[in-house]
Amino acid sequence: MKSKRRRFISASAAGLALVAVDRLHASPDRAQAALRAITRGAAPEEKRVELDIPPLVENGNLVVLNVRVQSPMTANDFVKTIYIVAEGNPLPNVITAHFTPRAGKAALSTRVRLSESQRVWAIAETNKGTFYSGQASTIVTLAACTEER
Amino acid sequence: MTPDRPSVRSLVQAPKIAARGDIIEIRAIIAHRMETGFRHTERGERIARDIIRRFECRYNGVEIFSADLHPAIAANPLISFHTVATESGRLQCRWIGDNGLLVNNEVEIVVS
Repeated sequence: MKSKRRRFISASAAGLALVAVDRLHASPDRAQAALRAITRGAAPEEKRVELDIPPLVENGNLVVLNVRVQSPMTANDFVKTIYIVAEGNPLPNVITAHFTPRAGKAALSTRVRLSESQRVWAIAETNKGTFYSGQASTIVTLAACTEER
Repeated sequence: MTPDRPSVRSLVQAPKIAARGDIIEIRAIIAHRMETGFRHTERGERIARDIIRRFECRYNGVEIFSADLHPAIAANPLISFHTVATESGRLQCRWIGDNGLLVNNEVEIVVS
């Protein structure tokens, strides 16, 4: 009972923290905090991760993102998770993809929103707990999430 | 859990046939506005968040891929990933989101 209540309290506190930061747009500092939370403080090596977004985007509401990580994807050595973090978005986290060795390759394609010109990070976590990173920068002409209705 | 909503347009694409050991691409797409929760109406009222939060794919009942989605995923989410064709059977994909959204799609694959 007690632990349940504790969990609720800490969850509520986290919720409040989220509401508080939600009022601001992300700054590189917040993105760095998000990256540190992912790697639990470890500094990822900048290799093995290829992140591909167009260098110039006309509409930030629809940006094609491809990420690929070099990995044998065997039971002993595979990419477990790929995290995408956008430095300039109101929330830095974009998508977190979970892989198994059955994926065959550690690759993901999706379409994202970017609220302004910024740098995007891809962090790969292996089954051994090693982190690798890649990054790409883009210029956004028409930002996402500015339009009203 | 709420019942499936077949009215939501969604699609899973994968090869119908594959050789054992081939790495195949799976593409899943769903019609959804992915309302971020950051927009406001002309009167200044915040538009409530309504997004898909999770995507999962099972191959003959075993989860092979999943993803957590945030508001920065564009409207009408598309997710493309891969798997090794191991045996004939079913690829089952599921979208889970705000306001009780739960949509299932499946395709059959023949592996020889």
